[in-house]
Amino acid sequence: MAHRSPLSWGLALVAGAALAAASVSAPALARAAKAPKPHIYPVTIEQMKFSSPPPEIHVGDTIEWINNDIFVHSATAKDKSFDVELQPKQHLWTTFHAVGTYAFYCRYHPGMTGTLVVKAPAR
Amino acid sequence: MFKAIAYAAAFGLTAAASAAYAQAPNDAQIAHIAYTAGVVDVAAGKQALAKSKDKAVRDFAQEMVRDHTAVNDQALALVKKLGVTPQDNPTSQGLAKGGADELKRLSTLSGAAFDKAYVANEVAYHKTVNGALATVLIPNAKNPELKSLLQTGLKLFKEHQMHAEHLAASLK
Repeated sequence: MAHRSPLSWGLALVAGAALAAASVSAPALARAAKAPKPHIYPVTIEQMKFSSPPPEIHVGDTIEWINNDIFVHSATAKDKSFDVELQPKQHLWTTFHAVGTYAFYCRYHPGMTGTLVVKAPAR
Repeated sequence: MFKAIAYAAAFGLTAAASAAYAQAPNDAQIAHIAYTAGVVDVAAGKQALAKSKDKAVRDFAQEMVRDHTAVNDQALALVKKLGVTPQDNPTSQGLAKGGADELKRLSTLSGAAFDKAYVANEVAYHKTVNGALATVLIPNAKNPELKSLLQTGLKLFKEHQMHAEHLAASLK
């Protein structure tokens, strides 16, 4: 893959700590300081399905993966650019720094799939 | 493959879907059946982890052990919370005996023969258990939390069945 890995940070924290995590991850977000404020979008796993992500997100935005199931899942890019393992009830974050279309699936349950479209930074 | 199907049918779950439960199972029996079905598959997965050297088969077996253990842990927590004592019954006994017989049969196999037999049985087993969940266990569950857990289990086990089917096709 020619572009940089979109996975810049992922923190295993208890539910509800998303904002705190963002605030302590200053280096990851500092690059986007002059750009429009990045967004954090949730993608929830429930009943063996990924919820639909927004139709598109922008470089600098973050996906918050939320596993509401009672078993372990993963959010894994088919091109291997990110691989997030989620214990039951765990939240993890992936910030995207490269434009692209990322097909992802659960390594443990390959029937669970989704796609993220990352566009250039919003102006 | 025929043996695997015969084994799954011998569990009594197919019968449970039709004649065996002239009287619908109660929640205590349903919890016992679902839990036993999980225990049987965890044991099969552990045997596969001890015997198989195939990465895809081992990954699948790990998935079975991990997921069925998670569901059973939830089931145990739920019956405890509800103050229900799971009740042994002929279907659970059939499941346990079928599982023990299959472990014994598979213990005589090794290498690719074991892998194929294990995965073929997983396909048949999940098909049978999923059928019983959909037609007998879920419709008869009275407690909404138990019903919901069984429904979650069915979604998970359908995924397992698909995974097992893909794996079986790749081993041919």
